[in-house]
Amino acid sequence: MGKIHPNVDKYVVSRARALESILLEKGILAPDSVDRIVKQYESDTGPMYGARAVARAWVNPTYKQKLLTNSTAALAELGLKYEMLVVVENTAQVHNLVVCTLCSCYPWPVLGLPPTWYKSPPYRSRAVSEPRAVLKEFGLEISESCEVRVWDSSAEMRYMVLPIRPPGAEALPEDRLVKLITRDALIGVATVHAAQ
Amino acid sequence: MLKLPGASGPGNNGRIGAIDGIHDLGGMHGFGPVNREQDEPAFHAEWEAAARAMVRESLLQGLFNLDEFRHAIERMAPDKYLAATYYERWLQAVATLAVEKGAATPEELARRARYFEAHEGADAISLAKSTPRPSASADTGQVSVVRPATAPPKFKAGDPIVTRDVHPKRHTRLPRYARGKRGVVDRFRGVHVFPDTNAHGLGENPQPLYSVRFDASELWGESAEGRQAVYLDLWESYLEAAQGKAA
Repeated sequence: MGKIHPNVDKYVVSRARALESILLEKGILAPDSVDRIVKQYESDTGPMYGARAVARAWVNPTYKQKLLTNSTAALAELGLKYEMLVVVENTAQVHNLVVCTLCSCYPWPVLGLPPTWYKSPPYRSRAVSEPRAVLKEFGLEISESCEVRVWDSSAEMRYMVLPIRPPGAEALPEDRLVKLITRDALIGVATVHAAQ
Repeated sequence: MLKLPGASGPGNNGRIGAIDGIHDLGGMHGFGPVNREQDEPAFHAEWEAAARAMVRESLLQGLFNLDEFRHAIERMAPDKYLAATYYERWLQAVATLAVEKGAATPEELARRARYFEAHEGADAISLAKSTPRPSASADTGQVSVVRPATAPPKFKAGDPIVTRDVHPKRHTRLPRYARGKRGVVDRFRGVHVFPDTNAHGLGENPQPLYSVRFDASELWGESAEGRQAVYLDLWESYLEAAQGKAA
């Protein structure tokens, strides 16, 4: 349900341009607004802030504590100003999963743009009511002894998961750990693996 | 198919309320498995980036606020909402609000759309009579919703609560699956702008916001999976004190 691939037919394109031209005239849009968005999400590569924060938390217990209790200060150390992030920690007893059932709220300053599946009706409808079944579709079986906590982003707080540091990666330095950390692990639909 | 105002009748069918809208998807059945796209690009088409830019700049420039934007999406007719892609909904909402806020008329939107349909390669700027802003905001696009506290919060961590069982015809952020349910306050999250009024031009009316924990069995009864909890961020007026220990 809901199209996976967006409409690129003339009808939608022409209406988008019509709106754009009006908002340019009203001083809402600037001539470089669209290019700036494209550049921000397509060309400003480099690791996600989320991955950098998690890798640092794994090697530095003081930073980890800060990330979990005062994410604003922890992210500021990485050069990001973001005040609404709550970081939730996965342990052997708790697995966390992030969703927005009402729209598609997502911590894009730390994770980039959300994947289409995150914004789709199947994920939004099922993540709160059958998270274990959803996680199984992602290839993740959560043991019965582990509590699954679903964070439904109903206000402006945004959520990011602090995954478990993978066994076998104990000796890796921070910059190598960053490369192991995927967007999916920070949403809670994957775990982090040492060999990737 | 996306219908902008003026294209052929209002895209929201004149609906003014959300009335337990289709957007409130939590716990619904029938949508099938989660389909994932491999190596998904940031944008699938240039107009998606344009839609994102239009929303971001409209929020920063104050053409509309985030709650009005969400409510404009929620006013889409249920069949149109489900048939539309994510960015089609964004485009629809910007069109609805541009008209309601007086930035555009349905006729002008339709006239320009016809022009761009006939002139496929033409840039948006080719029809703009002027461009008053020379360049985009360098800002990260975050608009703060946290406000100073004016009174102490009514609840504290550990307090049992029950959510109000209400079905407002206007915008709300209390999902249907969590109405009339018992939970426990996990923590106080500060004082936040109240979407239920801010979406309707009725003011920010900031209220204490709480992270509230609900046991899955309270939400889904016998159908709940084992060992699961849902955490929601809920405004104080959604909550009432409950007696005894929460389920």
